[in-house]
Formats: sequence, C-alpha cells, structure tokens
Amino acid sequence: MQAAFAALSTFVSWFDPFCGPVGILQLLSPDSLMSCGDKGWGDEIAYGFLITASLAICTLPVGLFLGFFIALAKQSEEKSLRLATNIYTTIFRGLPELLTLFIVYYGLQIVAQQVMAALGYEGPVEINAFIAGMIALGVVFSAYCSEVLLSAFKAIPRGQYEAGDALGFHRGRTMRLIILPQLVRIALPGLGNLWMALLKDTALVSIIGLPDILRQTGVAARVTKHAFEFFSLACLLFLVLAMVSSVVFSTLERYTKRSEVGR
Amino acid sequence: MSHREAMLPALPPPPGVTRRASLSHYIGLAALGFWIAASVGIFLFVVDSWSVEKLTKYGPNFISGLGVTLTLVSISVVLGGILSLPIAYGRMSKNKVLSWIAYVYVYFFRGTPLITQLFLVYYGFGSFRPYLEAVGLWTFFRDAWFCALLTFTLNTAAYQAEILRGAIQSVPRGQHEGAAALGLPKRIAFFKIILPQAMIVALRPYGNEIILMIKGSAIVAIVTVFDLMGETRRAFSRTYDFQMYLWAAVLYLIMVEMLRNLWAWIEVRLTRHLKR
Repeated sequence: MQAAFAALSTFVSWFDPFCGPVGILQLLSPDSLMSCGDKGWGDEIAYGFLITASLAICTLPVGLFLGFFIALAKQSEEKSLRLATNIYTTIFRGLPELLTLFIVYYGLQIVAQQVMAALGYEGPVEINAFIAGMIALGVVFSAYCSEVLLSAFKAIPRGQYEAGDALGFHRGRTMRLIILPQLVRIALPGLGNLWMALLKDTALVSIIGLPDILRQTGVAARVTKHAFEFFSLACLLFLVLAMVSSVVFSTLERYTKRSEVGR
Repeated sequence: MSHREAMLPALPPPPGVTRRASLSHYIGLAALGFWIAASVGIFLFVVDSWSVEKLTKYGPNFISGLGVTLTLVSISVVLGGILSLPIAYGRMSKNKVLSWIAYVYVYFFRGTPLITQLFLVYYGFGSFRPYLEAVGLWTFFRDAWFCALLTFTLNTAAYQAEILRGAIQSVPRGQHEGAAALGLPKRIAFFKIILPQAMIVALRPYGNEIILMIKGSAIVAIVTVFDLMGETRRAFSRTYDFQMYLWAAVLYLIMVEMLRNLWAWIEVRLTRHLKR
C-alpha cells in the first residue's frame, strides 16, 4: 500500500506545473528564493497551492449536495421543513466565515473531547484543520448554494413537472431527466460566483493552521523578510486559480447551452 | 314532461381529505427537533459556564469591538463608494487604456481574498519601511487599523464599481434616446434620468456589499485590530470559554439581520411607484 502511494505521488509529481521535471520553477537558478530545493520556497508554496486547490475541490461536492437538498426542502409544502432550512441559511449566511470556521474548529474539538471522554479516553483530541475547513466552508457554501438553486428551481415552469407526470416518470426520474439539466443551465452563473467566493474563503483556513497558499507564503515572508514579494505571489496564485476557474466555467456554460445555439 | 315529486335524499358528505403523513413531514419535524435540541444544548452550555464576572469583564470589550467593526465598515464603505465613481467611469470609458486599467484593478481586488490583500498591505508595505519613513507615511502603515481601512476601501471600491457599472448599463437604451429626443444635455440626462433608475437596480447589491464587508471585516482580528472578532479572540484566549464565540455569533447575526431588514424596508419604500 505504501509503495503504491509512493509510486502514485512520483507519477503525479511528473505533472507538477511548479516543481516537476517540466515545472516553471525549474527555470530559476537553484539559489533563488523561489527555487524548488531546500534553499528556495518554491516547493513549499507549490504544496500550499495544492492544498488550497484540493480544499476548494473537496468542499464543492459537499456544499452542492447539501445545498441541493436544502433548496428542495425550501420549496416543500411542509412548513416545519421550510422553517428549519430558513434558520439554517439565515445563520450561515449571516455569520462571518472566519467565525464559522472558529466555531466549527473549536466547537468540534469540544464535542469530540466530550464524546471521547464518555468513551473513556482522556487525552488531547485534535481536529484535522482540513476537515474542519471542509465542514465550515461546505456549510457556508451550501447556505448560499441553496438560494441560487432555489431561484433556479423557481425559473423552471410547472409544465416541465407535468410533462414528466404525463410521460409516466416517477418523481426521481423527472428530477434527473427533465429538471436537473435545466437547473444546471440556469444556476451555473450563480454557482460560478459561489465557487469564486469559496476559492477566496479557503485562504481563511490558513489561520487555523492548514498549510495553504497564504500560510506557506506567510512563513516564507517571515523567514526571508521579503514580505511584499511573497504576499504578492500569494495574490498572484489566487488570481491564477480564479482565471483557471473562469475558463472552466465558461467552457461548462457553453457546454450546457449547446442546445440553445441553433436558435 | 316529468318532474320529481320528492326531494332527493341528502348524500353523505364527501370523505375528508386525509393527508398522508409524508416523508418530508418527518424530515421537517426531525430538522426542527435538531434546531430545538441544538439551541437547548447551547443554552445549557452557556448556563453551565455562566458567570457575571465574565460578562462585566468582557461585555464592555465586546461593545467597543462592535464599535470598531461598525466604524471600520462604515468609513470604508463610504470612501470606497467615492473611489468607485472614477473606477466605474474608467470601466465604461471608450478609452482603451482607461478601461484596461480599471479592469485590471477590479479583477485584482475581486479575484484575490481580502485577507491576502490585507497581509499584502500590512506586512508587505512594512518591508518598505525606510522609504515610507522618508515620505512620512510610516505612521499610517504602522497602524493595523489604517492598513485595514485602506485595504477595505480599495477592495469595496472594486466591488462597488462593478455594481455601479452593472446598474448604469442595465438602464435600457431607450431612456438615453428619450432624453436625447427631449433635447436634454448629456449631464442632466445622466443625473436626472439614468442615475435614479440605476440606483434602484443597484440598491440590493449595495446592501449585499455592506453585509459582505461586515462579515469580511472579521479578518482584521488577525492583524491585531480589536474589532468584535478581535475582542472575541482575546476573551477566548484568556478564558478558554467557548461561549465567547457564541456571543460574537449572536452579535454578528443581529447586525446582519438588522441591516437586511432595514434594506428590505428601504427597497419597498423606494420602489413603491413601480408596484402595480
């Protein structure tokens, strides 16, 4: 198993755009600040970039999944369901993301400690910063996502559901084959904005100790005393992420709208 | 011709519609139950570690932190609003250079996290200390509060410029043509016809931007400004009492909800002539 992981990571490192065999940072001299060896900070910051990107990518499905069901609950006929989900969105859209993160991080720690104490384990319990970040950002993302999806649901006319009934589909099939494809098309611009906000919010996780872009550049800035250069680099890396995702989203948008082109 | 001699016997009433308890009903009850359980749990937790001493010791700090947050946000939103005017003008200008500069500005501030910008200003400009001292700006950049104010102003200016541009461009072309047909000068047409309609469109995004700023301002706690979040962190680091974060959460929620409701009221009030 270990060998398999090692092989996988070597394989992945070939395609590393920063420090791989064809990485851009290999062009620098090995003594420069941004080189990949022990002297430079290139590999550390590349690792931070990877952490930021993977945190955002891991949070996205969690947030989308939760948000979808919350949006469904918000348009249900059950009053209690609507009330419960409205409380959820009010709380998590109203709280600062940083505070949500702290509440999740320290709150989970307290809860975990009490659970472990009840099970007879009396030791320090540490919550993984990545998991805490994923939960906090996922919850915030889902609250915003449910609003976007709700307005997209409202844009789909009733006739579409009736058409599904007329074809004899059951509800899940109507949702999957008729509603979802249209929902994605309508909600995609809003979800794109949320994705950008999520990318930017991942920077907050550096405060609870996850070695993401901001933390790694911050460490480099403190050690080398080149704060301006390294924090500019952090901004630049976030801009790169934003640019890549805007390219991806415009491609996706074109793909989902391909049926409308002929008109 | 035949007709009935006697009344028809009354039919029994139709059976009442009995709604089957659906799955969503149970899920809804479970979700509400979860919230009730959570609030009871939090209440018990707070009661358990409650002490008047803490409230008298840290309560005033929380209030002053709230003041810092509100001051910071309101000044930066106002200054950002002023700064956003030339940026929005640049974005809409036909001059390639101007519009490009404005675009780069907006892209930078909207594409990077606020906290990175804050670090860039606070720690990054700190490395230019000799130059800043020579110009006499060091007292400004030494103070975290001023750095936060500068960052927030620049940041919100970018967002507000986009809001303003979107709103002005959302006014239909016919309005411009109508003004031209009346022989109004461009300036008057802009201020009397275009801007009032644009502002109604921009109202809601402006409200959202202020709420985003209130929430975003929590990060100044990281660079040693004692706003609401900073006071919370300080109180937490002294007491290790988790309820400090809950107090802060309640204060933030009250702020945001009050602003949201106020904004909804303003919107209803200002758009009452559009209701049919």
